[in-house]
Amino acid sequence: MFGSLTRFENSLFDEFWRLQQQMDELFGGGTGGIRSLPRGSFPAINVGHTPEKVDVYLFAPGIDPKQLDIAIQQSLLTIAGKRDIPISEKAAYYRQERFSGEFRRVISLPEDVDPERVEAKYRDGIVQITVHRRESAKPRQIEIH
Amino acid sequence: MATNTSVAERDSRRSTAQRSAQTAESAIRPPVDIFEDGDGITLLADMAGVSKERLNLRVDGNSLVLEGDMQFELPQQAEALYADVHATRYRRSFALSRELEADKIEANLKDGVLTVRIPKRAALRPRKIEVRG
Repeated sequence: MFGSLTRFENSLFDEFWRLQQQMDELFGGGTGGIRSLPRGSFPAINVGHTPEKVDVYLFAPGIDPKQLDIAIQQSLLTIAGKRDIPISEKAAYYRQERFSGEFRRVISLPEDVDPERVEAKYRDGIVQITVHRRESAKPRQIEIH
Repeated sequence: MATNTSVAERDSRRSTAQRSAQTAESAIRPPVDIFEDGDGITLLADMAGVSKERLNLRVDGNSLVLEGDMQFELPQQAEALYADVHATRYRRSFALSRELEADKIEANLKDGVLTVRIPKRAALRPRKIEVRG
């Protein structure tokens, strides 16, 4: 099922993949984070960062964003919610692959994020949570006088 | 029920071969729900990040093909910390059968969920047969 994910595409997520591989190697042969979930869990998550902010993307199609509970405690981001898929009683089902029910994911962000400056938006089924980093964490150019 | 599988999946061996024959372009296989009632078949697919403009839903021969490119804001110099999703394209196809009206397919895309309604030909819809007595 995940065979196609191992092939590379010439996109930014190649970089994600390559970096993840490197990180896996760095942290000892694929040791996952203690809060990470098995592949295929709902919602799928990608996290990207720049010196200014950390962007968390939740691939959560068909949810009501108002029902989503997003909380941040220091650098720990918790996302909880549910997706109810109504079952048609009169119909005969051939496939039911889409996730239905409650979900909860916890992500450990870099230490320097500012829990006071978080924004979230929902578009086309992706929740984007932007957490700004503290000023002091940004790399500063030091001038020599 | 199993004998009347009107939408048979075909993206197993055949398209795996096709895919490997093509360039090494990877695509996500979107999870689907498929159900049938008296009037037709309904298919729902999770395609987060796909807008109407970037959805390509088509009937190709007797296949229903779902394709879409996801789009989201990614800062220029972003580096990954973690990624469950490694591709930006969705693709999956299903074989249609003759009693379905491919030219009357209706589709709707909302919040990354694609809903496709494939009606059955009127003559083939089940009719309740009354027993007079």
